[in-house]
Amino acid sequence: MTTLSKRSLLKLGAASISLAAVGLPAFAQNIDELVIANNVSLPSWDPTVGLSAVNPTLQGMYQSVFDLFIAQDTDLSQVPGIVTDWGWNDDKSQIFMTVREGVKWHDGTDLTPEDVVWSLETAADPDGGNPIQFIWSTVGNFQIDGQRITADVLRFEPTIFKWMSFLTGYVRPKAYIERVGAEGFEAAPIGSGPYMVEKYERNAFVRLKAFGDYWGPKPEFESVTIKFVTDAAARVAEVESGNAHVTLEMPYEEFDRLKAGKLEGVAHPVSDIAMIFFNDIEVMADPNVRKAAVMAVDKQAIVDRLLSGYGVPIDTLQTPEYAAYDASITTPYDPDGAKALLAKSGYGPDNPVKFKIQTTRGFKPKDYEIIQAIVGLWRRVGIEAEIEVYEVAKHYELRATDQLAPAAFYNWGNSIGDPTTSTGFAMFGPSPHSVWDGEDLAAMIGPLWGEADETKRIEGWKAVDRKIAEDALVLPLFQYVQPILHAPGVKVVPHTSGALLPALMTRG
Amino acid sequence: MLITLFGVAVIVFFVIRVVPGNPIAMMLPPGAGEEDIARLKALYGFDKSLPEQFVIWVAGVLQGDFGTSISTRQPVLSLVLGRLPATIELAVMALVIAIVIGSVLALTGTRHRGTRTEGAIDVTNGMALSVPDFLWGLLLILLFGVLWPVFHISGRVSPALDLPFATNFYLFESVLRLRFDIWLDLVSHMFMPALALAIPLAAIIAQLLKQSLKETMHLDYVTLARTHGYGENRVITREALPNAILPTLTLVGVQFTFLIGGTVIIERLFSYEGLGNMAIDAVINRDLPLIQGIVILFALMFTLVNLIVDLTYALLNPRLRHG
Repeated sequence: MTTLSKRSLLKLGAASISLAAVGLPAFAQNIDELVIANNVSLPSWDPTVGLSAVNPTLQGMYQSVFDLFIAQDTDLSQVPGIVTDWGWNDDKSQIFMTVREGVKWHDGTDLTPEDVVWSLETAADPDGGNPIQFIWSTVGNFQIDGQRITADVLRFEPTIFKWMSFLTGYVRPKAYIERVGAEGFEAAPIGSGPYMVEKYERNAFVRLKAFGDYWGPKPEFESVTIKFVTDAAARVAEVESGNAHVTLEMPYEEFDRLKAGKLEGVAHPVSDIAMIFFNDIEVMADPNVRKAAVMAVDKQAIVDRLLSGYGVPIDTLQTPEYAAYDASITTPYDPDGAKALLAKSGYGPDNPVKFKIQTTRGFKPKDYEIIQAIVGLWRRVGIEAEIEVYEVAKHYELRATDQLAPAAFYNWGNSIGDPTTSTGFAMFGPSPHSVWDGEDLAAMIGPLWGEADETKRIEGWKAVDRKIAEDALVLPLFQYVQPILHAPGVKVVPHTSGALLPALMTRG
Repeated sequence: MLITLFGVAVIVFFVIRVVPGNPIAMMLPPGAGEEDIARLKALYGFDKSLPEQFVIWVAGVLQGDFGTSISTRQPVLSLVLGRLPATIELAVMALVIAIVIGSVLALTGTRHRGTRTEGAIDVTNGMALSVPDFLWGLLLILLFGVLWPVFHISGRVSPALDLPFATNFYLFESVLRLRFDIWLDLVSHMFMPALALAIPLAAIIAQLLKQSLKETMHLDYVTLARTHGYGENRVITREALPNAILPTLTLVGVQFTFLIGGTVIIERLFSYEGLGNMAIDAVINRDLPLIQGIVILFALMFTLVNLIVDLTYALLNPRLRHG
């Protein structure tokens, strides 16, 4: 009978570990296959239907496989994509689009104007499940003449072309989807984007292969694996260990620590902003309270101390990249002014005005800590806010039913930079996304929805933003900065929309 | 068992609809109006009353249709059954590791009772119990993922591997097909999450088994075995262990259900593509049909495991078998 000695046990252990190590991927020396540790997992491949379609964090993966109708540059500007030329006729009763020639689907067939029309028509179908149907349904009666498409304007929507670079604005293959059906498409999606889906495991990873016939610049990395690593600590460990070459969205302290070591980092302002909704109920109906609440917040200090300087303070719901940004609208930090305003309404540090503020905790970087800091700043001037933590799902429901607390923290994304999709929907009373019901503001915003003169429209929105700032109808905080860590062998070009696009990554 | 499952179904169905946050509100894009909300509600069947929705769901479940996931747009049953094998394999591997570590510690502690070795084992047990599994997970990631990168940090299998499998029991099937390259890859992915899950359970097993062994070692038949000249190792493993193991077996059964529950956090931490990871996504997305399907499946697993434990206990304990 053989006995197991300590020495043989040690040998066995060492052998097991060596064997385990054999299965590990090659570390970032010569990068053949780019590995990205992504912070969200992709639940579904149809970019036009359901929850995933309106999730901004998934758009980078969609844009790797599918093309938007109109492409978007890294600064949010629109550039020719599948549609190379677009616009309205003189009386704005029709739209026109020219479809790029020579574009192929991943199965080798031609992308035609029929595909573009079909994609727009199915998106406009009320029973099709596209959440943005209300925009796509504003045009119809499509006509095709060669590569040129025209359509009737059924309801004038000044942002229709901007939406063609936004949520659900993707061209999908008509013939393929009609042949394989929705389930077949989900199992084997094809698009016309820079990468083809080679392998997909839900909740685990997607493996992409560069599309040789792509109409645009050929991606540098032939193979890309996007691993879905939702835990920030695990994501950081993935790049630190060399198991992944690129990752994003980690605590800023970790970003600084790792950037100072063997990894490199890019931190770029993106189109997401942090803000506090004011609901015009209870004490928030008092303009002095609102104005004091805005003036008492030192946004720069919050960015510096809680976000390690990674954030851009803002005073309207527009960031510098947005079309209606107006640098002259400011709401300076003025705690003494805040105290004076509160005193006018009979409040002060000894007799504070009280209300509730709702916030998420851990949904965005330091969200709860930011609200704690703001509550501390408010306390100094005579505002006593009670913090209630809720899940973001609850926020959506409360906001849609106009039941938010007097103050509620939220982050708002607007990757097309149009004022309608920031100030417009956030502050227009009848919108389910707004909790500010003031009729004067709604009257000011109302005509802008259908304003055909673009210059007049943008100026109109700037005037709305000025009024919002003067009356303190919302508390804009800062623009988020997206941290991206990468191995030294990779060069990452960030996109202001926040989409992490492997097609923009090169060896470097 | 059916009554238990029906009770779980009723509770989960109504509770998740009472909790604030619904999938339609999450799906609303900027600019959606009342008509858009009504259209989306009708599309997903949320325009009907709760009792109506419940009856429709139960009728579907009885025919094997658990509905369609809102976030993935796939049938719930195929989603949960597709992920279940990954979770079972992880839980079983964790259980095996826990039993091995726990038994070794208990036997060693019993063999060296009253010595420093036993003291060291007690201290180790205390440490293992006082740290929750997800913290063990983080520690293991730091140790074996970053400082000494010998195991994979995330996922279940390397994306580059082609899997020629017919089932989702990859670990089991890789052995059957003699694909030890894949088996090795799977183990190097599963080892850290399994160990993180196993450590607290191993400590519990070690404590209970050691206590049972100590009590058994004082019984007359063990003393008799000693008088026959049996060595201490044989007395412990052959005479005392068979009797001492029964309470531990019951505990292992109960703890196994908790261990399956523990996979939720651990799978998330290690991005392991199991049922727990999917459950968290389902909750975040308020994917009500998927949450219902996962909870029902978890409930079914818990009741089945308890049943198996009861049967095994009866099989091993003659007093119950003939009582």
